[in-house]
Amino acid sequence: MAGARRATLRAQINDPGRPAVLLTIDSLTKTYPGAPHPVLDGIDLALDAGETLALTGESGSGKSTLLHLAGALDGFDGGEITIAGTRLSGLDDRGRAHLRRDVVALVFQQFNLMPALTVDQNLAFHARLAGRADPGWIGTIRARLGLDGLGGRHPEALSGGQQQRVAIGRALAMRPRLLLADEPTGNLDEDTGAQVLDLMLALVAETGAALFLVTHSDAIARRLDRRVHLRAGRLS
Amino acid sequence: MSADLCRLLCRWACLVLLALPLPARAQGFAALGTDAQDFVVPDPAATLAFPADHGPHPDFRIEWWYLTANLTGLDGRAYGIQWTLFRSALRPEPGPVATGWISPQIWMAHAALTTPDAHYVAERLSRGGIGTAGATAEPFSAWIDDWHMTGLPTTQGDALDRLDLAASGAQFRYDLRLTTKGPLVAHGDNGYSVKSPDGRASHYYSQPHYTVTGTIETPEGPQEVSGTAWLDREWSSQPLAEDQAGWDWVALTLDSGDRLMAAQLRDGADGYRIGTWIDARGQATPLPSDAITLTSGAVTDIGPAVLPLTWRIAVPDKGVDVEITALYPGAWMATSTAYWEGPVTVTGSHGGRGYLEMTGYDAPAEN
Amino acid sequence: MIRAIALALLSHWRRHPGQAVTLLAGLALATALWTAVQAINAEARASYAEANALLAPDRLATLTSPAGRFPRDRYVALRRAGWQVSAVLEGRLDTADRRVSLLGVDLLTYPALPATLEDAGPDMEAPPPDPAVVLLSPGRLFADADTAQALQDPDLPPVRVTDGLPPGVVLTDIGTAERLLHAPAALSRLVVLPDQPMGLPSLSDIAPDLVLSPADAAADTGGLTRSFHLNLTAFGLLSFAVGLFIVHGTIGLAFEQRRGIVRTLRALGVPSAGVAVAMLTELLLAGLIAGLLGVALGYVIATALLPGVAATLGGLYGAQVSGSLALRPAWIAAGLGMSVGGVLIAGAQMVWRTHAVPVLALAGSEAWRRSGARALAVQSLAGCALMLAGILALSLIGGLVGGFVLLGGLLLGAALLLAPLLSVLLSTGEKLAGQPVAEWVWADMRAQLPGLSMALMALLLALATNIGVGTMVSSFRLTFTDWLDHRLSADLYISTTGPAQSTALRDWLTPRADTVLPIRSAEVTLNGQPGRVYGIVDDALYRDTWPLIGTATDPWDQIAAGQGVLINEQLHYGAGLDPGDPLQLMPGWSLLVVGIYADYGNPAPQAIVALDALLARVPDLPDRQLAVRAPDPGALAAALRDAFDLPADAILPQREIKSASMQVFDRTFLVTGALNLLTLGVAGFAILTSLLTLWTMRLPQLAPAWALGLTRAHLARLDILRAVALAALTAVLAVPLGLVLAWVLLSVINVEAFGWRLPMYVFPLDWLRLFALALLAAALAALIPALRLRRLPPAELVKIFANVR
Repeated sequence: MAGARRATLRAQINDPGRPAVLLTIDSLTKTYPGAPHPVLDGIDLALDAGETLALTGESGSGKSTLLHLAGALDGFDGGEITIAGTRLSGLDDRGRAHLRRDVVALVFQQFNLMPALTVDQNLAFHARLAGRADPGWIGTIRARLGLDGLGGRHPEALSGGQQQRVAIGRALAMRPRLLLADEPTGNLDEDTGAQVLDLMLALVAETGAALFLVTHSDAIARRLDRRVHLRAGRLS
Repeated sequence: MSADLCRLLCRWACLVLLALPLPARAQGFAALGTDAQDFVVPDPAATLAFPADHGPHPDFRIEWWYLTANLTGLDGRAYGIQWTLFRSALRPEPGPVATGWISPQIWMAHAALTTPDAHYVAERLSRGGIGTAGATAEPFSAWIDDWHMTGLPTTQGDALDRLDLAASGAQFRYDLRLTTKGPLVAHGDNGYSVKSPDGRASHYYSQPHYTVTGTIETPEGPQEVSGTAWLDREWSSQPLAEDQAGWDWVALTLDSGDRLMAAQLRDGADGYRIGTWIDARGQATPLPSDAITLTSGAVTDIGPAVLPLTWRIAVPDKGVDVEITALYPGAWMATSTAYWEGPVTVTGSHGGRGYLEMTGYDAPAEN
Repeated sequence: MIRAIALALLSHWRRHPGQAVTLLAGLALATALWTAVQAINAEARASYAEANALLAPDRLATLTSPAGRFPRDRYVALRRAGWQVSAVLEGRLDTADRRVSLLGVDLLTYPALPATLEDAGPDMEAPPPDPAVVLLSPGRLFADADTAQALQDPDLPPVRVTDGLPPGVVLTDIGTAERLLHAPAALSRLVVLPDQPMGLPSLSDIAPDLVLSPADAAADTGGLTRSFHLNLTAFGLLSFAVGLFIVHGTIGLAFEQRRGIVRTLRALGVPSAGVAVAMLTELLLAGLIAGLLGVALGYVIATALLPGVAATLGGLYGAQVSGSLALRPAWIAAGLGMSVGGVLIAGAQMVWRTHAVPVLALAGSEAWRRSGARALAVQSLAGCALMLAGILALSLIGGLVGGFVLLGGLLLGAALLLAPLLSVLLSTGEKLAGQPVAEWVWADMRAQLPGLSMALMALLLALATNIGVGTMVSSFRLTFTDWLDHRLSADLYISTTGPAQSTALRDWLTPRADTVLPIRSAEVTLNGQPGRVYGIVDDALYRDTWPLIGTATDPWDQIAAGQGVLINEQLHYGAGLDPGDPLQLMPGWSLLVVGIYADYGNPAPQAIVALDALLARVPDLPDRQLAVRAPDPGALAAALRDAFDLPADAILPQREIKSASMQVFDRTFLVTGALNLLTLGVAGFAILTSLLTLWTMRLPQLAPAWALGLTRAHLARLDILRAVALAALTAVLAVPLGLVLAWVLLSVINVEAFGWRLPMYVFPLDWLRLFALALLAAALAALIPALRLRRLPPAELVKIFANVR
């Protein structure tokens, strides 16, 4: 079933104007100012549309850094990142912001919701920014994530699991082509983490987004299409 | 008036009054100066002329009309009164006397009423030139505000023979009639009275023969009184020598009908004494410095000052050896220039009454 | 251990010197405003004490003549009758560049001479003045150093500088005064000395034309200026309140930014009491340092403002205040106390919260700081209660104090209501927003309210005060200008040397001018206070132009008939007199009040009657002023000068008087303007410190929006927009508050303090200007944090997602 679904997706991606490869990372290097060694040292990686990829590695190995670079959050020193045909090295602040707004969605370990907004406002925020707010789809997501009845609350009134579900909902409500998730269950207890992961993977599959997920958990990594391991700034 | 303002007023008044002879204190000499500047100096050759000399002498620096009276009330008690008008010129006036506020003549008066157990004092200050204070020879009048010594019309005799005298303070007043048929008495050499060994002098005469009637009033009420009075007239430009710290002065009316004026100018050494013996007929004899002894008795602390309230006075030539005692010890003149002045009783070779004045005694704290 | 804690806490300041500067500057600024007002108050009070001691020595009774100056004979007669009185001759003395009051007293008998008269001022070595020099021609003048400067004139006697005299007053002997004032044998008043002899004759027998003013009724600068000082004190309290907001903001900043350190220290086992003690010690130290800086700065501000205050008091009340400032322990202590006390009040609650909160909760974003709907409700209730209390105070206490309590209640109540009101406005805005970003901006502003509300309250108070005081001053100015036009309706005002010259001038002028009117007045006691009654002739000039604000029917006919009296507004309020009430002008002479006229700038009661009626009671009424209406006043004045040998200042064109009056007026309110601007500046500073405080808490709120596709530049612009929007909303709310304030000032405070009620005029253009100024202040305050955000490396924002803060 999974293979059939993937085939459908490939067909979609192979449509004219849609590159089959969504994310390409070429010889990427990144050194933090003042650090003796590069945190990323010649990373090469490609992620197809609709593909799910787990990035594992020791604590401090640079997993999150790679994810943030792939999310157009921060700049890099060498190499290139291409997202949906757009080279990040050529982009200014505004170009990166547009990429984040229209193509990429992020889910963080700390949830990082907008504290001033209600659950409903948070859910719709990214989609509305990207100009793709679809009330029906958002309603579906809210229901699927079990957030019905919480829409008027503010994030601080929610549990950690609820908050992360809102964060996932916010990301998928805008139908991203690339979803970047950094330890999405890292701050949740085991049961809640499992539930949240299930929901996320299911919704990713439904939207056909590519998923690039950072985790230190083998169990989680195994549930994805592919996994790479980061050690000493290099992938293996 | 607050104590502060009072102090200021007194300080200011003292400045003005440094020109007067009374504050014979050491610091007074600096401001006073030891020369007479451009003022007229007493002249031994001058003779007294009346009634002109009853009036002011504005070309001299200082002058006073000084009257003391020993009185007895209908209640039998002894009283004393003092009435003094001082004139002090800030600047000699050779030409016509200036009128208005800018007159250089400053007038000050002290009035006191002493009873055996109280002493009342008042002071007045005024400019000359506007009419609030002054003196005239004919008709005779000396005044400041409502205090006055006014000559009454006489058909014969001197202009001073009949006087009305009045003064008042917050707690006392008196209104007296003075009459005499006795002669005026010139002190020293026909009124030229030498006050120091180096010849400083004043013009000085007296009318010591008054009999007095009238009314005094204290907080206890009015009292009819009668008695005797003594008027001193003196003017000069430079009364004290540099080393003279003050003086002790007495004017005594003796039961014998004789009168004695004796004064001692205290210097660092033996002092300089002057005196006049006036016999019962009014004949005056000047007494040289060595003819008189004035010996102070024990000193008493009366609060504002420590000073002798008894004196032994001897004039061997005249057979006088008496002791005088203050009627009321607290006869302190708490005026801008403070001194002791009050009635005394005389005992010893003669009985009698009189007045004692002591100046230049420091306050106890400064002693 | 305390040392270790202290070092850990202090290390923060080493790493963030800018914050240390902000904390100290905020505290110092608040202290400075407070100190400046205190210093001005203290200086002015000292000046009055001096002036009162000299001019009304120990509140002695005085004798004056209704006709003005009187002959010296009266003095001599009184003295000769035994009355102990001291003569005074006063007047204006014009020097080359200044007009001073010449106080001529009989130095021999005046009961209150300044202490320094004998000490020759600051130079204690100088010998006391020689009586002969002081009392005899040319005499000496005594004045303070400033006034002495103006007296350097070869025609004037030499001046001696003394400390003991109020500014603008020149003391001299009465003989010298007589010559300088060209008033031979004339006197202004007699001071009745306290010790009078027994058995005095009655005053009415000796000087029936002199009026005895008992000690208490004598004019007292203190009573008049009290209201002005209440005003200044109110400004001081406002500065204090604004200052507390700043202190609160800066302390909040310091605590917020060191939460990490405190958490670490607590986690390392340092007892919370140890941290609290260290922090309190630090606060105390900061308070002291900032207090000293503030006192110094306050001294500078006060020095700059004092000449204006002196001009105000001089212009409004005739009270002279020194233009230079002395260091006085009272206000130095007040400044330090404000700084240390304020820092402790603001800090104690922070320390207590830090102390009371468990270790882990310190990590939370702003859990202990959040003010929920309940807090807002409580705040609204308290605000309404305060406003009600103010209104109650006015009706129960009344008077000037009631007015100020009302002002305080309104201002503080409104400040408390600000956050709830803004919250309602912001959620409305959020509901109306269509765009996601707009919606977020509204919501975010509301979230920011608790942190910014103190600063916004300061802004509200500053703006409302600005509008209120500005409206009052502008209304006053407009009314005053209009009133001057009416009151000064003649073309020329001429001073003469006396009745003879007046008659000569009148004869000369009558064929040449349209109207020649006498201006003649007598001093009387009105409603128990020294006042003045004017006698006028019936003329169209009065009927057409006199500024009446309340009348009976045909007031001018009744005046002309000698049956009515016009009173000024001060007397109307002071004595509660209305048209139709009888007013006693002199013993045995009462008239019905037929009208009330505005009489600004004059604190004393005043009345107007027919000249004939007044002359019947005061035959020797001075006749020294004429008002002239002429078609060509300039030519007439020139011709008049040619025909008569008049001194330069004898003829005053109406235009000159008006411009001089307006000058006095404008100087009067210079201080108010300066204080207003300062308060606004301080409010701007409060916004800045608050925004800096919020900065660390802003990043977790901004980072998600950035991650979702907003650029830093966009976020920075939005942050400025937010600050400006909050300021704008606050400013909008400040307008009605300011207008209420203006109404209270015009209709309550003014009536109590000055005795006149003013119509209120509104100046929307001024509000617009102020509105723009408020937005500018907010934008400037937001600019620094915004620029910081704009330049923030993305790595810093990324950290928000990667790390536990």
